[in-house]
Amino acid sequence: MSVQEVPQGRLRTPFCARLAALDTLNSWHTWKGYTVPDALYCADTEYFAIRNSTGVFDLTPMTKYRIKGPDALVYIDRLVTRDMSKIRPGRVAYAVWCNDQGQVIDDGTIFHLKEGEYRLCSQERHCAWLMDSAIGLDVSITDETAEVAALAVQGPTSFAILNRMGIEGLDELKPFGLMHVDFQGTELMVSRTGFTGDLGYELWLDPDRAEFLWDTLFAAGEISGIRAIGTDALEHARIEAGYIAAYIDFLPAHATVRTGRTRSPLELGLDWLVDFKKPNFNGRRALAEEKRSGSTWRLVKLDIEGNKPAHHAYIFADAKARRNIGFVTSAAWSPVCKQNIALGTVRTPHGNPGSTLWVEIFYQREMHWSRKMARAEVVDKPFWFPKRRGLTPPDLV
Amino acid sequence: MKTYDAVVVGAGHNGLTTAAFLAKAGLDVVCVEKNDYIGGAAVSRNLHEDWIYSNCSYVCSLLRPEIYRALELHRHGLQVTPFGGSLTFMENGDYYGSYHDAEVAYRERARFSRRDADAYERYRSDTMRQCRIIRDFLLSTPPDPTSFRPKDLLGLLQIGRKFLEVGEDRIYETIRFWTMSVAEYLDEYFETDVIKAAMSGSGIIGTALGVHSPGTAYVLLHHYMGDVDGNVGSWGFARGGMGAVSGAIAGAFQSYGGEIRTEAGVDKIIVRNGKARGVGLDNGDEIAANIVVSAMDVKRTFLKCIDRSELDEGFYTRVENFKIRGSSGKLNIALDGLPTFPALPEGSSLHVSDMHFIDSMERMERAYDDWKAGTWSKDPYIDMVMPTTVDPTMAPPGKHFMSCFIQYCPYELEGRDWTDLEREAFAQTVIDQIANYSPDFRDLIVHYEVRTPADIEEQIGITEGNIFHGELTMDQLLFNRPVPGYAQYRAPIAGLYMCGSSTHPGGGVMAAPGANAAREILSDLKRPNTVPENFGDD
Repeated sequence: MSVQEVPQGRLRTPFCARLAALDTLNSWHTWKGYTVPDALYCADTEYFAIRNSTGVFDLTPMTKYRIKGPDALVYIDRLVTRDMSKIRPGRVAYAVWCNDQGQVIDDGTIFHLKEGEYRLCSQERHCAWLMDSAIGLDVSITDETAEVAALAVQGPTSFAILNRMGIEGLDELKPFGLMHVDFQGTELMVSRTGFTGDLGYELWLDPDRAEFLWDTLFAAGEISGIRAIGTDALEHARIEAGYIAAYIDFLPAHATVRTGRTRSPLELGLDWLVDFKKPNFNGRRALAEEKRSGSTWRLVKLDIEGNKPAHHAYIFADAKARRNIGFVTSAAWSPVCKQNIALGTVRTPHGNPGSTLWVEIFYQREMHWSRKMARAEVVDKPFWFPKRRGLTPPDLV
Repeated sequence: MKTYDAVVVGAGHNGLTTAAFLAKAGLDVVCVEKNDYIGGAAVSRNLHEDWIYSNCSYVCSLLRPEIYRALELHRHGLQVTPFGGSLTFMENGDYYGSYHDAEVAYRERARFSRRDADAYERYRSDTMRQCRIIRDFLLSTPPDPTSFRPKDLLGLLQIGRKFLEVGEDRIYETIRFWTMSVAEYLDEYFETDVIKAAMSGSGIIGTALGVHSPGTAYVLLHHYMGDVDGNVGSWGFARGGMGAVSGAIAGAFQSYGGEIRTEAGVDKIIVRNGKARGVGLDNGDEIAANIVVSAMDVKRTFLKCIDRSELDEGFYTRVENFKIRGSSGKLNIALDGLPTFPALPEGSSLHVSDMHFIDSMERMERAYDDWKAGTWSKDPYIDMVMPTTVDPTMAPPGKHFMSCFIQYCPYELEGRDWTDLEREAFAQTVIDQIANYSPDFRDLIVHYEVRTPADIEEQIGITEGNIFHGELTMDQLLFNRPVPGYAQYRAPIAGLYMCGSSTHPGGGVMAAPGANAAREILSDLKRPNTVPENFGDD
């Protein structure tokens, strides 16, 4: 018997050759074993493509599971905290799932592909947990990460580009909607989803047709400012959209060693995803108890004075830095909002929207370090939420 | 008749900025504009089919981020997208590009001279040192050196401290810098003609001076001191054209309850018993207000809109002598497609850049010679951008809008008015120069608009169409701008203020004069200040 050794180097996504052809920076990193670009031309330009024209991001390395069978809905409804019976076929739901202690294992998007069939898409790998949760139910769970190629097409001209590509019915697709279309003999799934907080879509198809999709997309997008983007640009956009990221703004419960380092959905500002009215779901008892007795932590969106990003900053309740109540997890200067923004985690009862906190910012100018205590206002809305994101049909620009 | 708390004359970006900060403080403010559209020189105009023209100002960098943030301009639709680098085409078929990435920029300079490539580092820090001095004063009122008020003394002390901070040797350096020509300044660092030519453009834009004229080194600074998202010296496009800037400021103003009246040109600022009381409009209507704020340039304000008898002669003469000379024109072009530039390698990031077509200091100076002789430059300095290479909203997909800023172009031709034939010849001069580097350019033109300084004056109202509302020379800067003794946004007439680019810190779509004026007005009215403080570079 001859065994082929598992791949030793970084894997290539089906779009890798196309990305490499556009690459000028030679700056790559690994994402779940795949080689992916930090940026291809210039992270700033790529960021602005998302906000001004269209950025295309290869999200194939996202973990994808196909969940199907007569008990699929029952299964998913027990798995996640949100009421999935409200998510009809053709709709997509952002969701979190928790361990018994009500601590977040991960967040992700669940695509209701058709009656009794779902795709769950997440940052981390959860086969064991998903399989275990399925015991006794008539449902099958398949990891299809490598079987589905996926592209995020995000930005104000994304609608015009996909339209020009000949995708029909797009003008009726609402945010968090999905549809299947015939793309030159292949089934293409199009969802109006994304991680940028802007108008945008995600395209899902057979990896064998990935390059063909890419070429068609870029041909249609050339006159609408289409650009391939790397992770750096996306990271900036997701902070502006106020989206949290695993290992940055929260730790997956299954991968955490130290006590008290995980977070519940209530502590991540995801109360709206927890539905106590639906039948039992995993973590329900713990979350109900937390709701009664109060959470320890609270995720805050901060609008900070000045223009120095508050990377790794401690958060204080007072300007004199006497009461340390938490820390910043993501920080950025927002070019579109011209705001100094951050996501952070603070101890309750601090961090009510509208309240003022203080962050301690250290920054370096020509070798010397400076420290600034900056006033930070807790806001409850995403920093960036353009009107076009919700428009159906979107403007044809 | 209703009496407003304030009437602001001119709905350009500075007038609207003052109006917005006053309204934010709770004042009842009306802003009047002579045109049927707002924006002054920061406008997006639909001049041909589906093309949007930034037909006056065309790039954005100086707009103070503090103001952007305080007025929440993003909520009112403003989005500024930075663009790559800049490019100078050479007569020998080569080109010189300046790139955003420091290493790429180094390699490109080294292609011409390794010495120049290395020299850039010192040039950059020397120039940034000057930038730091001025940047801190952009959002503040210049102190009056003759006053003993604590505020002025403190301001002078701050300037003094700033100078002491830079060190003794560098005080000499600074004084030289503020008075020398851009050519001399660049000569101290670089040997390559095209590199100097490419960099010297920033020293003369908007100015009736040549690269060898003293004082132009400072003008260079004026173009370097802006920033887009903290990248000092970088430039961007306002999505939807420059009108998006004034549109967003107007949106903020209106959200605070402010009122805008278009087609309401001001004929006279009404002065009674030595105090401004309101304005009289071209149509005979009057608007009563407790204070009047003029966003018009200083000459138009005092020489056209106020009775001479209300002003002291010395002041009047000073205003008459204020230098505000027409030196630049514009050619705005709608294109059926993207012109090709064979000198530029395919796929180069420089296809999205600020393009220039003059490659030597000699040619730069000769262009100025034509202006001195009373005509437009026959081999002009063109600052050409195509915002549509970045912004999808200004033309149909695949079509483009091109903005050409042209230096030099006089207000009058040999002392008389322009004829239509001459305006056309001026346009052809520009088209010819670009066509030398782009063979398909001419055929792609579907429409163009020519604007001489006289056209800009007539349409927008700026005296001689000077983009800065007055030369940025040392004698007209800081506490000397616009008139010594009147640099703190107050006119000699009670209740009358100035907030346009004739005041400190000068022209460009910066909104700092407007914000500074609002701060002074609110202080006089004993209202809470709504104008933000400088972020500071340190």
